[in-house]
Amino acid sequence: MSIDALDAPAKRSRPGMKPTDISNPDYFHKVVDCQWACPAHTPVPEYIRLIAAGRYADAYMVNWKSNVFPGVLGRTCDRPCEPACRRGRVEAEPVAICRLKRVAADNKGDILDRLPKPATTKNGKRIALIGGGPASLTVARDLLPLGYHVVIYDQDPAAGGMMRTQIPKFRLPEKVLDEEVGFITDLQPELRMGKRVDSLKAVLAEGFDAVFVGCGAPRGRNLEIPGREEAKANVHIGIDWLSSVSFGHVDKIGKRVIVLGGGNTAMDCCRTSRRLGGDDVKVVVRSGFEEMKASPWEKEDSMREGIPIHNFLVPKEFTHKAGKLTGVMFEKVKAEFDAKGKRSLVPSGEPDVHFECDDVLVAVGQENAFPWIERDVGIEFDKWGMPKVDEVTYQSSNPRVFFGGDAAFGPKNIIWAVAHGHGAAISIDQFVHGKPVGDRPPPLVNLLSQKMGIHEWSYDNDIANDLRYKVPHLPNEVALKDVKAEVELGFDRELGYKETQRCLNCDVQTVFQAKLCIECDACVDICPLDCITFTENGEEAELRTRLTAPAKNGTQDLYVGDGLKTGRVMVKDEDLCLHCGFCAERCPTGAWDMQRFLLETAQAGEKCQSR
Amino acid sequence: MTYLAKPKFRHPSLEKNERGFTRRDYEGSISTLCAGCGHDSISAAIIQACFELNIEPHRIAKMSGIGCSSKTPDYFLGQSHGFNSVHGRMPSVLTGANLANKNLIYLGVSGDGDSASIGLGQFVHCVRRGVNMTYITENNGVYGLTKGQFSATADRGSKSKAGGTNTDSPIDLVSMALLAGATFVGRSFSGDKPQLVPLIKAALSHSGPAFIDVISPCVAFNNHAGSTKSFDFVRDHNDAVNRLDFFEGREEIVTDYKPGTVQDVEQHDGSIIRLHKIADSYDPTNKVAAMNYLATHHEKGEVVTGLLYLDPNPKDMHQLLRTIDVPLNRLGVKDLCPGSKALETINDEYR
Repeated sequence: MSIDALDAPAKRSRPGMKPTDISNPDYFHKVVDCQWACPAHTPVPEYIRLIAAGRYADAYMVNWKSNVFPGVLGRTCDRPCEPACRRGRVEAEPVAICRLKRVAADNKGDILDRLPKPATTKNGKRIALIGGGPASLTVARDLLPLGYHVVIYDQDPAAGGMMRTQIPKFRLPEKVLDEEVGFITDLQPELRMGKRVDSLKAVLAEGFDAVFVGCGAPRGRNLEIPGREEAKANVHIGIDWLSSVSFGHVDKIGKRVIVLGGGNTAMDCCRTSRRLGGDDVKVVVRSGFEEMKASPWEKEDSMREGIPIHNFLVPKEFTHKAGKLTGVMFEKVKAEFDAKGKRSLVPSGEPDVHFECDDVLVAVGQENAFPWIERDVGIEFDKWGMPKVDEVTYQSSNPRVFFGGDAAFGPKNIIWAVAHGHGAAISIDQFVHGKPVGDRPPPLVNLLSQKMGIHEWSYDNDIANDLRYKVPHLPNEVALKDVKAEVELGFDRELGYKETQRCLNCDVQTVFQAKLCIECDACVDICPLDCITFTENGEEAELRTRLTAPAKNGTQDLYVGDGLKTGRVMVKDEDLCLHCGFCAERCPTGAWDMQRFLLETAQAGEKCQSR
Repeated sequence: MTYLAKPKFRHPSLEKNERGFTRRDYEGSISTLCAGCGHDSISAAIIQACFELNIEPHRIAKMSGIGCSSKTPDYFLGQSHGFNSVHGRMPSVLTGANLANKNLIYLGVSGDGDSASIGLGQFVHCVRRGVNMTYITENNGVYGLTKGQFSATADRGSKSKAGGTNTDSPIDLVSMALLAGATFVGRSFSGDKPQLVPLIKAALSHSGPAFIDVISPCVAFNNHAGSTKSFDFVRDHNDAVNRLDFFEGREEIVTDYKPGTVQDVEQHDGSIIRLHKIADSYDPTNKVAAMNYLATHHEKGEVVTGLLYLDPNPKDMHQLLRTIDVPLNRLGVKDLCPGSKALETINDEYR
């Protein structure tokens, strides 16, 4: 303890940080790291508690309302919530949020009576959705119950978009997708499947009140290197090939396969190849293994299936003989960093490497393609050929046309598409009713004390020390024989329950009322993570250094409470708070309380607007 | 009050001391005292002091009697020796333990009931024998376990929670300790760890009878208007004569204070107590002046805190009794029972 802190406390507070305004929904929302990180802002701890209570259907509905495809996302989500999870900062690994979502979906039972019914009164507005993927389906789900007439266009025979064509069935069984797409098609949109839209002008000419473009990033990037033309019979574009497999047009591949690229599509390509006759499948990436774009768990799953990943190899040439592919020649490179830390790949000088193969799958990226949008329909494009789209309203420079999903801002993932869909639905609803699309309805926020007794809370505040549970997999011998056999088995109820206990309930907030505080230090003494300090106020950067434990994580806020008798302030570092409630249990005056913060983002509809 | 054990997770930047322990390694089991009890803050201060002093937990013996205060040794230093004795008899048990094994660090924890009422005689005699110990009273002025009757340290005129006025004169344990010959005397407040922690550190390093009276508000029964042991009263009437830093002997000490504002006192073991003077004229090495100051300021209704008296070169019980260097519990049968010849020699001395 420094001698400076020893001077008798001043009665009037020193200047410094402003007291925290907890009435601003963003403050506590940020504390719920998982929900804040989720593009759709799904109330994660809320549904994890419901799973723990065995209320799977309720947990499912919390998800369904927010992210529309819980069963799909519980298997395929890119999980931006997990790197954000507070548990990952307190111990080694975050809560398996994504796989818990699947537990809710797998065990939900019959929920049909909880779903909205097709609107009985129509509002007379007609909306066109171009592309039948997650973004469009979300718009459809939000607008159909309000009485809109929604028309969905897709080139494929069934709705689902990339969830159907690009995600292999062994990761996402067809029945899971069909069920959740079915919940939306049950709301009776008009489906125009199996025909590609080739003119936006023609669609606009049909007199729709608004058009939403959710056509994804449908073009796989090609690799123009020598030999491409000669060997073309055995060089395939990854996403097109996956789509052909999905619709049953392709059911085998050569024994030796090389997959070029390091993203999640490459992982799907190599694992699919293993199931269609590829015995010797390898992934080759230009970058280093660590910098690959694929999610770490997808790389892990590929390697588990006996697929090596070779890095720092740049494809130079497709080798061929008598018009048939024989392999790929690679140049060896190494990473070099300039003074600014920017990486470049430079030839290592080592001899080139040749891998023999029968087939090559090219998964080196996806591109947006809008040849079907006439350049004179009032939609501006940027120099990369992407439409100019407002990041909040999803409106293009033609006010009647909205964009979402990969079509709006380039390839992302399903959960972003869902978030865009919700946002665009609000805009469309505002727009067709002649209201400014910039007026966004506020979220629904609820803050409720969890106190039930002196040391009893309506949430489980006992912190489990368990490490993250692993999801069981089918053994390779079985999994690799059938391209449709789901390889991840998911948590059963028992494992799922154990994993729920790792959640720290970050939505149960520590709420401080300075006027009740007698500054007895009980909360400071008991806090297991040394989050709480009573001290003289100061500027944030300086204050962060002289707390009970230094607050080094600048991305996490300090909760400042003033109005204490001694003129000091209460400062709580939100970073590592376990939300165990011990501060509130130890507080003799109830100055600390544990209050559940529930935030639901607004969705299209009259109710939202009147909130 | 909580029934759940404190979670094992700890802050990643939690430091280890020279013995490789974190502060949390000095914790004990979960407290069952009332929420907000001052005693829990004192436990936290003891934990902090032992952590900072790099004490190996097994080198401490914590002793206590009966009462809320005397329950607290269960809540800190879970890996140390402990003895929970009969009401008011902690000083005797501590004296006995110290006689048997002078190599341990003795920490007596008591309360105003345990030391100022039933154990008053024990307290005074333990101090006057010069037992090398740190004796802490967690002083809240009430009998909390029996629902808030005035204790012997309650000030005359102070009000109970039920509305009664105390008519008896208070016992001032600090003055009694001074009179009885304590060589380190301090008073502090549970709500002021920056003052309390270095005081405990200095006391634990003192090689004689060290006494600290810690005002520790009882949130359940003695934290209302009219009490002189409440958080508000002590904060409003706290007359700190000094604040201190404690340095172990081997630490490098940097001096950048104005002359006259700081007084360094070296203790017998080489440790340095640096006193930051608040009351200009206060000299903690002058016992008579200290007693005078205490009496004058108590009259004014002030609570005098800080290091009040220090004899940097005390003599402890073992020196006074001229015991041998080896702790008595290490002696074997041969040493303890030297045979009939030795007995005859001793008896001859008295003939």
